Amino acid sequence: MKYQDEYRDPAAARKLQQAIRQATTRPWTIMEVCGGQTHTIVKYGIDELLPPEIELVHGPGCPVCVTPLEVIDRALEIATRPDVIFCSFGDMLRVPGSQGDLFSVKAAGGDVRIVYSPLDCLKIAADHPDRTVVFFAVGFETTAPANAMAVWQAQRRGIVNFAVLVSHSLVPPAIAAIMASPQNRVRGFLAAGHVCAVMGYEAYEPLAQQFQVPIVVTGFEPLDLLEGILRCVRMLEAGRCGVDNQYARVVRRQGNTAAIDLVKQVFEVTDRKWRGIGTIAASGLRLSEAFRHYDAEVRFPVSRHDAREPDTCISGLILQGVKKPWQCPAFGTNCTPEHPLGATMVSSEGACAAYYHYGRHREVANMPAR
Amino acid sequence: MNSPQDEQPVIALVHCPVPLSNQQHVLLGHGSGGKMSAELIRGMFLPELGNDILNALEDQATFELAHLGLETTGQGAAAAFPPGARLAFTTDAYVVKPLFFPGGDIGKLAVHGTVNDLAVGGARPLYLSAAFILEEGLPLELLRRIVGSMREACEAAGVQLVAGDTKVVDRGKGDQVFITTSGIGLVPPGRNLSIARAQPGDRILVSGTIGDHGMTIMSLREGLEFETSLQSDTAPLHDLAEQMLTACPNIRCMRDPTRGGVASALNELAEAARVGIKIDEAQLPVRDEVRAACELLGLDPLYVANEGKLIAVVPAADAERLLAVVRSHPLGRDARLLGEVVDDHPGMVVMRSLVGGQRVVSMLAGEQLPRIC
Repeated sequence: MKYQDEYRDPAAARKLQQAIRQATTRPWTIMEVCGGQTHTIVKYGIDELLPPEIELVHGPGCPVCVTPLEVIDRALEIATRPDVIFCSFGDMLRVPGSQGDLFSVKAAGGDVRIVYSPLDCLKIAADHPDRTVVFFAVGFETTAPANAMAVWQAQRRGIVNFAVLVSHSLVPPAIAAIMASPQNRVRGFLAAGHVCAVMGYEAYEPLAQQFQVPIVVTGFEPLDLLEGILRCVRMLEAGRCGVDNQYARVVRRQGNTAAIDLVKQVFEVTDRKWRGIGTIAASGLRLSEAFRHYDAEVRFPVSRHDAREPDTCISGLILQGVKKPWQCPAFGTNCTPEHPLGATMVSSEGACAAYYHYGRHREVANMPAR
Repeated sequence: MNSPQDEQPVIALVHCPVPLSNQQHVLLGHGSGGKMSAELIRGMFLPELGNDILNALEDQATFELAHLGLETTGQGAAAAFPPGARLAFTTDAYVVKPLFFPGGDIGKLAVHGTVNDLAVGGARPLYLSAAFILEEGLPLELLRRIVGSMREACEAAGVQLVAGDTKVVDRGKGDQVFITTSGIGLVPPGRNLSIARAQPGDRILVSGTIGDHGMTIMSLREGLEFETSLQSDTAPLHDLAEQMLTACPNIRCMRDPTRGGVASALNELAEAARVGIKIDEAQLPVRDEVRAACELLGLDPLYVANEGKLIAVVPAADAERLLAVVRSHPLGRDARLLGEVVDDHPGMVVMRSLVGGQRVVSMLAGEQLPRIC
């Protein structure tokens, strides 16, 4: 398959692997920001191909994982209403709130549907004029344009029985928060290629300067990751900081300007709570004034209780790259993909789920040694 | 000749009811063929209904005719059975939407699925029963097409449908048609296939491309329709299985990787035989269309359903010969040896990735969910 096979080529992978070994003289901790990259790393065993000096830590870039518990609870509350058709991307359905998940709401009679594009909700809304279709608009800059488009189209077409429950997060403020943390060990970043495809990478340039780190915009195929790591290691070894673009076949410095304009029109920047991490200033999006009437939280006032995370879950430390999944006492015992304590065990992009799914025996075998 | 009864392994999986987590309702994941299904079986059904035969969790139950009070050497009906032969018995329920899809329909599935569950146990399928749950208002013409399709499938598989039942439920209380078929077959003397028999050193064969059926259905799902030339692989495997077992009587076991896909079938095998399984990603036969659709949706073809494929575990010495036999059969042209049984990591399936790393191929937790981005 074009654009895929050539980025999974074993011979090319071996060359990059050797180049990384040659370039590495000291220990380096590198964070891949995006859950999709974590997924590729564990799925293809890329961490095993690296010299022991290089440690990859997994960042907060899993939209399912960072959606706060209170927001999940609000989603469950809205989805239970008989006058609502609640639509979501598939992997949000299994994320546990304080009481159950969207799958259990569905099993108990709620009309919960998986959609593949937020625009599908507008068709459902047109087909069911007597009910309100609520879309769970989560994700990073990557999903923001499509979600913005759904709201913009609804406005333009005069569709009133449609609303969005918004929990959008932005990546650069999270990188800044991780670097500013006293626990931080990260020396270089692989930035999420698809976030940058939308937003470009200008916003990362001041971050690289401020924290004196290399940031390499990186794709999602095995060779993308190996090349991203190589570029990052070379910059680290040379003592250079700045932004490099490994994913040039997709990402331009200025991003997708049409998408950015639409996002700016429909959304505005706001403070956002990240599950397991806490509130980060100016790290999220909410509907702008002109579109506020599409906000499901305005349409359906919901209870504002503070939800409590299970005490044993360390997903916050995992999302910040401070701990690895297998360092959690609940990992693989009290917490599994079937019975997750935290969202990092739910989403296929979550670090805990990726480790459990793809690497469990390896990490368990390594545990005593570390 | 082995005494089938002596070697019949019984896997002690029951007597310790696993708590059914904290779920109050049946969830869709309980029907996924993965871990949640296993949990339902082990936490709910086996503690109440388990017995030595059911507990083995094979695709089909087999029992000695002697258990039925039939003497295989005596007079009457039982005299038709050769000494040492066993009966195989299985049942399966079919729900699929849409009812008709490229390559097949619910009627074909209902016959093939049960025939295949018998065939992968080494049984020659003989008789089927079918129970229909019909929704009030279903066009009779639709039912006629389904039944006609079942007749064709029975003829092709050489089985007779000899018992049936029909129930009609109120409009809105069912989804057009649900079909349950049961089947019995005869396991010839000396054949003793069981997933618990896999041994380190054995090779693993898959009879063709994986994920075709599941992705065909997925491409027709509401809200997800995409253009594809894919067809379901639904097919009766009795002839392929028979030829394989004739050419290579040492085959340890076979499975048809339906719901839950190849990954779930291999995990069940690894767990039942307490062996490790190592497979090679480069050897996975996956059609380009299936691969592309899976990439698009963030799904893994290893977990996608098949309806006309089987997996066989075979001693290494026979593997290449068996591969040639399978490839010469119309249903096995794309067969591959995709891995081996190993001593390491018992109960676990590990795959060598295309770029040389390794990963565990675990059992599916619930349903495979398309990813956000």
